[in-house]
Amino acid sequence: MAMPASKSDAVIAMPQGAASASAVSSPVVTLTPPKRMTEPGKYAKNMREIAARVIPPLVVITLFLVIWELLCRKTGATLPPPSKVISDTKELILHPFFDNGGIDKGLFWHLSASLQRVALGYSLAALVGVGLGTLIGQSIWAMRGLDPIFQVLRTIPPLAWLPLALAAFRDGQPSAIFVIFITSIWPIIINTAVGIRNIPQDYRNVAAVVRLNPIEFFTKIMIPSAAPYIFTGLRIGIGLSWLAIIAAEMLIGGVGIGFFIWDAWNSSHMSEIILALFYVGIIGFILDRMIALLASVVTRGTATN
Amino acid sequence: MAPYLKLDHVDKSFTRGSQTTEVLKDINLSIEKGEYVSIIGHSGCGKSTMLNIVAGLTTATIGGVLLEGREVNSPGPDRAVVFQNHSLLPWLTVYDNVRLGVDKVFGKTKSRAERHQWTMHNLDLVQMGHAKDRRPSEVSGGMKQRVGIARALAMEPKVLLLDEPFGALDALTRAHLQDSVMALHQKLGNTIIMITHDVDEAVLLSDRIVMMTNGPSARIGEILDVPLPRPRKRLELASNATYLKCRQRVLEFLYERHRFVEAA
Repeated sequence: MAMPASKSDAVIAMPQGAASASAVSSPVVTLTPPKRMTEPGKYAKNMREIAARVIPPLVVITLFLVIWELLCRKTGATLPPPSKVISDTKELILHPFFDNGGIDKGLFWHLSASLQRVALGYSLAALVGVGLGTLIGQSIWAMRGLDPIFQVLRTIPPLAWLPLALAAFRDGQPSAIFVIFITSIWPIIINTAVGIRNIPQDYRNVAAVVRLNPIEFFTKIMIPSAAPYIFTGLRIGIGLSWLAIIAAEMLIGGVGIGFFIWDAWNSSHMSEIILALFYVGIIGFILDRMIALLASVVTRGTATN
Repeated sequence: MAPYLKLDHVDKSFTRGSQTTEVLKDINLSIEKGEYVSIIGHSGCGKSTMLNIVAGLTTATIGGVLLEGREVNSPGPDRAVVFQNHSLLPWLTVYDNVRLGVDKVFGKTKSRAERHQWTMHNLDLVQMGHAKDRRPSEVSGGMKQRVGIARALAMEPKVLLLDEPFGALDALTRAHLQDSVMALHQKLGNTIIMITHDVDEAVLLSDRIVMMTNGPSARIGEILDVPLPRPRKRLELASNATYLKCRQRVLEFLYERHRFVEAA
């Protein structure tokens, strides 16, 4: 079912390109010298490449929406179909910035509140994580002492920390930030430690011959050499912290996308939940891409010899 | 007169658990200033360990190394090393790799502009000035090794240590780089210790060749003087009687008297 759809879409998307390319390509292989890529041919090729990337996901999404619509249209369906989701949440989509006080705010404010908590908790985790990771990567004694504890602590689910945090901080805001921190710190610590432990002996020798002091060694050898590992940890960490904040906010309440979802559930606004999930997914994706981009900028040239 | 560099009764053994392996046994070697000394031997004979002891990267179990009459037991820029696999830092440009050492060694004695000039001067010495802004991954193997040499030279070492510097290169690049190193030695008069397992390379470049017996407990088997006048020309030497005789001596040592048993 998917194949014919994609084929016809491709042809509709660029009828000229496909036609000219196919007309040119068959005899050309044997006859014409390399410089056969004329302007329209090149254009058609580009279009084709773009189409090959864009069309498959579009087809899948369309299919998914159609099936969802068909399934949820029947009377007695428990979830709204996509058409109803859009009509129900039109106001929320079109007006993300309204603010009626309390928790009656636009989605932008909810998302922004959640992102602020993530930013704070995650930044703390990144700082402390890289520091601790460096320590246990560099010192065999620190590793022997701390690693077993970390291995146990890191398996504790994020939400299990929340009651303890609430008891300690007596407030929702710092507790949520703490949950983010404690969730995202483990992969950062562990990956940093592996990265530091894997610094090639050659680089250590160079540092020794040049006589770098410990601070110079840290900034000029350790961090750049371990950067690919550190960023792997940071990328896992940002994903985990976004997972954790939604769950934590459901419990602590207040402004935030997590509580928005919980609130919508309590008022049986299924369409709002679906819209919120969509936003949560998109933002999680953007956060991941941001760290990946940062990694590729910072570590360019590091991975290769 | 005391020698410039002296390895004095150096023993080295590695202990792993309850097992102790003796790698080097009673190494005595004196090297004069400006001398080019090669150390040759089969793999596993501890020649790299010996170089690392001079560099200070490994400490001798017994005995020690004296440079200008003073004991050295930690690494430092006065004994700069050119590593076999170049060991350039991949996140730094060619220029920054050399500059790192220059800044550390001359940070207090030279101004910024002088350090820049000195870095460029050394890159030009190895004909790498044109590639100063490239990263190690963007230049060829031979070029990386040139930068490695420039980095070592730029520290103005008292002794330059070459750890199989041409081992990872193809034959043509290797010959080219050997000529460069010979020219540099001629021009700058450095004291050089080079590890190699290439007989021709040893004879072509060295004033003396130190031949190691097989490990464990490797010793210096024989020291051969290479009385060839400098500058030496690769092509002319190919039929030179002294050259051929020296080459013969080293080959005999390596393949008759101290055959590498495990490889056979």
